[in-house]
Amino acid sequence: MNAVTPIAGQDDETPFYEPHQKIYPQSVKGTFRRIKWAVLVVTLGIYYLTPFIRWDRGPGAPDQAVLIDLPARRFYFFFIEIWPQEAYYLTGLLVLAALTLFLLNAVAGRIWCGYLCPQTVWTDLFLAIERWTEGDRRERIKNDAGPWTPALVARKSLKHFLWLMTAWWTGGAWVLYFADAPTLVHDLATLQAPLIAYIWIGILTFTTYSLAGYMREQVCLYMCPWPRIQAALTDEDAFNVSYRFDRGEPRMSVKKAATARLRGEPAGDCVDCNQCVAVCPTGVDIRNGPSLGCIQCGLCIDACDTVMSKVGRPTRLIAYDTDLNIRARIEGKPQTARIVRPRTLLYAGAIVVVAGLMLWTLANRAVTALNVIHDRNPEYVTLSDGGVRNAYTLRILNKHPEARSFAIGVDLADARLDVVGADPVDGKPVVEVGPDQARELRAIVSVDRATGDSRPIRFTIADQNDGALVSAADNFRGPGGPR
Amino acid sequence: MSDEEAPKIDPVTGIATTGHDWDGVTELNHPLPRWWLWIFYGTIVFALGYWILYPSWPLISGAVGGVFGWHSRAAVVEEVGALRATRAPMVAQLAGVPIDKVSSDAALFDFTLAYGRAAFGDNCAPCHGPGGGGARGYPNLVDDDWLWGGTLDAIETTITHGVRNENADSRPGSMPAFGRDGTLTAPEIATVAQYVRSLAGFPVPSGTDLAAGKALFVQHCVLCHGPDGRGKRDVGSANLTDAVWLYGSDFNTLVATITNGRGGSMPDWSARLDPTTIKALAVYVHSLGGGE
Repeated sequence: MNAVTPIAGQDDETPFYEPHQKIYPQSVKGTFRRIKWAVLVVTLGIYYLTPFIRWDRGPGAPDQAVLIDLPARRFYFFFIEIWPQEAYYLTGLLVLAALTLFLLNAVAGRIWCGYLCPQTVWTDLFLAIERWTEGDRRERIKNDAGPWTPALVARKSLKHFLWLMTAWWTGGAWVLYFADAPTLVHDLATLQAPLIAYIWIGILTFTTYSLAGYMREQVCLYMCPWPRIQAALTDEDAFNVSYRFDRGEPRMSVKKAATARLRGEPAGDCVDCNQCVAVCPTGVDIRNGPSLGCIQCGLCIDACDTVMSKVGRPTRLIAYDTDLNIRARIEGKPQTARIVRPRTLLYAGAIVVVAGLMLWTLANRAVTALNVIHDRNPEYVTLSDGGVRNAYTLRILNKHPEARSFAIGVDLADARLDVVGADPVDGKPVVEVGPDQARELRAIVSVDRATGDSRPIRFTIADQNDGALVSAADNFRGPGGPR
Repeated sequence: MSDEEAPKIDPVTGIATTGHDWDGVTELNHPLPRWWLWIFYGTIVFALGYWILYPSWPLISGAVGGVFGWHSRAAVVEEVGALRATRAPMVAQLAGVPIDKVSSDAALFDFTLAYGRAAFGDNCAPCHGPGGGGARGYPNLVDDDWLWGGTLDAIETTITHGVRNENADSRPGSMPAFGRDGTLTAPEIATVAQYVRSLAGFPVPSGTDLAAGKALFVQHCVLCHGPDGRGKRDVGSANLTDAVWLYGSDFNTLVATITNGRGGSMPDWSARLDPTTIKALAVYVHSLGGGE
């Protein structure tokens, strides 16, 4: 990242573009690699298998646990069903996601980037395929520098085939969230699925293949806004993957270090083997300090620990640590960085509050709702006998899997209520609203000349089965009274 | 930028600067990667292709058409055609059902109201208002007062043929100009106007000769408005006893009405709309609140 190589042949020596340097991450074993494999298996497992989880919602309703039903404008998530006007749950979820990201960042920097980000997870998967087909770092560098051989062509072809298959499955799983998964799989296989499904699979195949296969660290360096935001959000207490230069410097080979120590000269633990750079998926040298390119995946920790164990020195020369602690150790002061501090408590508290609010509203989500919209033009109508009439649009939402009937009423004792298309039962208009549907009705309220002034009005709908009441307030408009 | 000037190197980082200097603050030069530049050039190529394939440059009259011959109006026509095709089964059902039976099928009724509302907004709202509230001289369709009748059939007939237009079947009758024609003198008009106001229950000034007004009313008005002033629907004459006034109920307006007459017109919609749309309009207007 640091050195900009001027491009030969240009009059102006300022380079026109940043030359691409291909990164060949080396395989590595260790704690963080194991965590990353586990995260990869779990997250990809969730992604690929979730559409096949079934959830019984009764007859007529889809039995897919997670389903985004765009034509019917419904989102199903296990026991939750969300209508379009309840998109604030999605907002809440996004707020929660942002706060969690902030908390993770305050605790351990770019933990999202290093372990959980889809770009990282799929790149890891693609790298695994690359290693399996083309060999590890040295072999790949050698192959790419050397001539094309039939064997190399075969290995590269296999790699691209596997990459494309993985990318295709990624797009394939994506579309399964938008329709009944088993049916769609059958339709896709028999080429009977809607064209839009194939188009989306194509788009996601392309993005997965190019982003995880080719773009890789370029996404983090040039496309993603999070590194920029993260740099502004982080503080000196956050644990980041850090090179402990208090222990490592001055770096030198094992032999030189032995000589230096005999002479009583300072010698660090870093043997300058460059393994931390070789394994880095973004090509960063962690020993230069924190940088934009570092996604803090911890693979350099594993690489360094392996080397340290081999040369018989204590591990964790690279570790999750803070600059603050390192400087404190150099100065012989107590380490002050801590995870529990106002910032993390604030984030955690905000998460608890938002999650609690969402759970509370979800648990108390009304299955019946009534919206009243007053006619705006005309606001009111004078009748032949001088009486006053107002018209309203009522919207009854029945978020219940069964059809229900509601009796509609108003709280004006002297008013006549007519609902267009409703049959009166016991003097009150009764309407049926279909299962999991909304119904719009026109309600007409008329009063006598003497009581035709503006005043508040309240509509009530009573469930004919259990008598449960839902009401909504509005205003009755007339020529007189408060406006 | 002069060619001779070598890029300045930032001493701290060793990275070239952009050469921009703001009071000693310089900007490190981090050029974009090659693929990014290629995407940028790609967008330029895309724009050029777009110019050739789609309508682009405006000319004195019209615009460059583009190789594809795409036209936004044609696209709309196609979309409207697709919409009509989707609606066709319901429209066919509506066409086959007698108008008084439309409301017995909930799904058909809902469709008809939506259809009628859309047609109302396109055709009727300019005069009758977006909610049917009317305006001075344009009847309010939400109240319970109807010049030609408020049943489904009467509304459908009124929309089909219109009012006082060139169509022979349109609703007939108009208020004569009693003053302008010389039938009544100005004092007579004032007297009968006060009498008409008294019919609707408005107070009249003391000293008004209501008996003379009634005599004039019987002589000139009952033919259309009836002996009790309640109006007649076969000639579309106004009910003078209720609280709904098309042109206004104040004395001066009444004098103007009697002097110069009235006779608003409504187009012959059968010439512009198909019978099914008119049927939907009638059902919609009937549902606004005043339907009989």
